Amino acid sequence: MTLFRLLILICLAIAAPAWADGLDPAVVKQLADDDNDVKIDAIHKLSSDATPQTLHVLKALGNDALYTTGEDKTLRVFYMDKDKAIDAASGEEITPAPDSTDSITINNRIRSELDSALAGLRLFDADDKVRLAAVKALEDDPGEELAPLIKKALAAEQNLHIQKLLILIDAQLNLKSTDTTVRLNAVEALADSSSPNVRNLLAAMTDQTNEPDAKVRLAAFDSMRSVEKRIAWGDATARIFSGISLGSILLLAALGLAITYGVMGVINMAHGELLMVGAYATYFVQGIFRKYFPGAVDFYVIAAIPVAFFAAALVGVILERTVIRFLYGRPLETLLATWGISLMLIQAARVIFGAQNVEVSNPNWMSGGVELMNNIILPWNRIFIIGFSMFVLMLVWVLMKKTRLGMFVRAVTQNRPMAGCVGVPTARIDTLAFALGAGIAGLGGVALSQIANVGPDMGQGYIVDSFMVVVLGGVGQLAGAVCAALGLGIFTKLLEGWLGAVIAKILVLVFIIVFIQKRPQGLFALKGRFVDH
Amino acid sequence: MPKQGWYGLAAFALVAVLLPVLHLCTPANSPLHVSDYIITLGGKIMCYAIVAVAMDLIWGYGGILSLGHGLFFALGGYAFGMYLMRAIGHDGVYQSDLPDFMVFLDWKKLPWYWEGTDHIVWSMILIVAVPALLAFVFGFFAFRSRIKGVYFSIITQAMTFACMLLFFRNETGFGGNNGFTDFKRILGYGITTPGMRVTLFILTAVVLMKTLILGRYLVTSKFGRVLAAVRDAESRVMFIGYNPLWYKLFIWVVSAVLCAIAGALYVPQVGIINPSEMSPANSIEIAIWVAVGGRATLIGPVIGAFIVNLAKSWFTVAFPEYWLFFLGLLFILVTLWLPDGVVGLWMKLRARSAARASDKLSAKENTEAKA
Repeated sequence: MTLFRLLILICLAIAAPAWADGLDPAVVKQLADDDNDVKIDAIHKLSSDATPQTLHVLKALGNDALYTTGEDKTLRVFYMDKDKAIDAASGEEITPAPDSTDSITINNRIRSELDSALAGLRLFDADDKVRLAAVKALEDDPGEELAPLIKKALAAEQNLHIQKLLILIDAQLNLKSTDTTVRLNAVEALADSSSPNVRNLLAAMTDQTNEPDAKVRLAAFDSMRSVEKRIAWGDATARIFSGISLGSILLLAALGLAITYGVMGVINMAHGELLMVGAYATYFVQGIFRKYFPGAVDFYVIAAIPVAFFAAALVGVILERTVIRFLYGRPLETLLATWGISLMLIQAARVIFGAQNVEVSNPNWMSGGVELMNNIILPWNRIFIIGFSMFVLMLVWVLMKKTRLGMFVRAVTQNRPMAGCVGVPTARIDTLAFALGAGIAGLGGVALSQIANVGPDMGQGYIVDSFMVVVLGGVGQLAGAVCAALGLGIFTKLLEGWLGAVIAKILVLVFIIVFIQKRPQGLFALKGRFVDH
Repeated sequence: MPKQGWYGLAAFALVAVLLPVLHLCTPANSPLHVSDYIITLGGKIMCYAIVAVAMDLIWGYGGILSLGHGLFFALGGYAFGMYLMRAIGHDGVYQSDLPDFMVFLDWKKLPWYWEGTDHIVWSMILIVAVPALLAFVFGFFAFRSRIKGVYFSIITQAMTFACMLLFFRNETGFGGNNGFTDFKRILGYGITTPGMRVTLFILTAVVLMKTLILGRYLVTSKFGRVLAAVRDAESRVMFIGYNPLWYKLFIWVVSAVLCAIAGALYVPQVGIINPSEMSPANSIEIAIWVAVGGRATLIGPVIGAFIVNLAKSWFTVAFPEYWLFFLGLLFILVTLWLPDGVVGLWMKLRARSAARASDKLSAKENTEAKA
C-alpha cells in the first residue's frame, strides 16, 4: 500500500506542472465517489500539494459544504463562495449556478483523515498561531503520509519554536526509516521530547525484536531516560502546583475560623456554610451581570468580591448576635448550636436556589492555562486564586498589625479579662472579629466558586479540612494558619500522587491526630500562661 | 436505683412485652393490632436510645463530647453484618459461597478478616472486641496528651470521617458504598418473620434496660464520683492524686462497646448497613438526643432519643423539606434555652411547685402562729 501511494506521489510529482494553478480534476472527482477508501485516497493525494485551492476544497468538505452536480462524465464538484459556485478543480466560477446539487457526505473515519490532512496543510499558513496549532495537533500521532509534508514545512519554517516541534515530529516519522543513520539521528533528536507517547515509542525501540542495530538501541535507551526524567519533572511541578493551589484555598477557608477561634474560643461548625454563602453570592452577582450588564460579564468576579464579603459578614454578625454571644464560655454547646445553624443554612440554600449545583463559569481572562509541557497545564483560575489568597492574607496581616481594631483583636485573643479591664470593648470586638472571619470565608467562597461546584452542601467538604488547619496551625498567629494550610495542601497532593486520594486523606488525618499528641497547642502557639476556665 | 427508677423500668418492661404480644396475637384489621412497622421502628429507636445512654455516660458524666460515636455503632453493625452476609449462604444473587458484592468485584476468596464470621460466637466477639480495641487505642493516645474539649471533639469527627472514607472504598472489603444488605436469616431462622422481629425487639428492650441499670451502677459508685470530679475540675483531681486517664479511658471504652452492641442489634432490624452510618452528621445527631433529653440524667437521653427520632419519622413523611429546619432549630433552642434538657426542665418545674407548696405551708403556719 505504501508503495502504491509512493507511485501515485511520483506520478503526481511528474504531472504536477500540468495543474500548476488548479487541482487534478480526476482526483477531485474521486472525492465524490461512493467508496470511502477512494475518498480518503483523494484526500491524501490532494494534501501532498499545499495550494490555497486545496485548503478551500478540503475545508469545504469538512463543513459538509462540497457539492456535486451532474452524473459521470458531466460530474462537477464545487463549493460555494458567498453566492458564487466555484469549481473545485479549477477554482473558477461556474455560471449559471447549478440547480440540482448533492452534498458530499463524510463519516468519522474520513473526518479524522481530513483533520490530519488539514493540519498538515495548515503547516504552511502565514499566521504563526495557526501553524503552531497545526503542529500541536499533529504531535501525538503523526500519520506516515504526512512525512514529505513535514519535511517541506521544516525546510520553510522560520519560527524557532515551531521548528523545534517540527524536528521532533520529523524524528518520530524517521524512526521507521530503513536507513540506520537516519534512525540513529531520529532517536537522538527525540531526547528533547516530553511526550509520554514518544517515551513509549523509544521503549519499543530498545527491544531487539523491533530494532536490529545495537547502537540505535543504546541511543534509544538514553533518549528514553531523558524523556522520562523530563516527564517526571513536569509531573512533580504539576503536583506541587496543585498542592499550593489546594493550600491557598484551605488558607482562605481556615483563616476566618482561626480568627474567630482565637478571639472567642468557639469552633463554628457553620463555617463551611459561610463559604457557601460567598459562593452563592458570586452566583447571584453573575446572574445580575448577565441580565443587566451583559457587556461587562467578564468582570463579575471583581464585583462579586465585596458583595460576597459583606454578605457572609452579615450572616456572621446575625449568627453572633442571636446565638453565639449567649453561649459564651460554653464551647461544646456552641459547637452543637452552630451545627444546627449549618443544617438550617444548607436547607435554606436548597429551598432558595434548588438542591442541584448551580453553574458559575470562569470569566474569559481566567480560562485556559499556562502550558508547561505535554499535557501539563497550570490553569489560570488556580493561579489567580493563589494570588488572590496571598492578597487577602496581606490585607488581614495589615489589619491585624497596623490598625486599632487589629490590636484589640489581638489583645482579646491573648488575654480577654485583662483586655476588658484595660478598656477594650470585648463584646463589640467579638462581633467584629466574627464578622471579619465570616467575611474571609465569604471570599473563600468566591474563590471556590471558580474552581469547584457550587451547591448547598459544598461547605461540608471543607469543614473538616479547615478544622485540621486550625488545630495544626495553632491559634492567635497568622503564620500558623499559613504554614498549616500550605503544608497540608502540598502534603495531601504529594501523597495523592502516590497513594490515591482516599488513602492520602486518611493518612493526613492520622498524621494530624498523631501530631496533636506531641504538640497539642499547634505549630505556632501563643506564648504565655493560660488558665483553663 | 431509687424506687421511681424501678417502677419506671417495670412499666417499660410491660410496654416492651405488650407491644409484641399485640403484634403477634391480634388479627391484622383489629384496632389493637400493632403493625410490624411499629415493631421495627420501636426496635430501631431503642437501639438509638442505647447509644444515647452511652453518649450520656461519656458526655454528661465524663465531660467528653465525642462527635464520632457513630463510628463504634457502625463498627458493631458491620461486625454483625459480616455474620449475616455469611448466613445468606448460597441464596444470594450469584449463588456462591462468597457474599454478592465480592463476586461482583471478582474476588476469588474471602479476605483474612472475614474468616470465622459464619460462626455467631466469633461474630459476637468481634462486635465487642474491635470497637473496644479501637476505642482503647484512640482514647489512650488522646487522653494521655490531655486533649480535651473542642479539640477532642474535632479529632473524633476527623476519625469517623476518615473511617467513613475508608469504608466507602470497594477494596476495603466491606461492600463499598452499598454496604451489606439483603440479609436472609439468623441461626437458621428467617430474618423477616414476625417471630424474629419480636425476638429482636424484646432483646433490644432487655439490652436497653440492662444498659440503664449498668449506667446507674457506674455513676453511683466510687468510680462515678471520681468521673464526675474529672468532668468538673480535672486539674484539681490530678492534684489530689488521681490519674484521670484511666477513668476517662474506662468510661470511653464501655461507651464504645455499648454503642457497638446497639449497632449489632440495629442492623438486623433495619436490614442494611452502609458507610453513611459513620458520617459526622449522624454522630452529631447523637449529641442532640442527649441534649434534648437532659445530660447527666440516665433516663433523659432515652426520652430525647425517642422524641427526636419520632419527630424525624413524622417530619420526613409529612414535611420533608422542613425536617432539617426543625432539627437545626432544635439544636439551637435546646442549647440556648434548655441546657438541662426535657428532664431537667421537668425537675425544675417540680422543684418550683414543691417550693410553692412549702411556701404556702409556711405561710399557713405563720398565719396560724400569729393567730
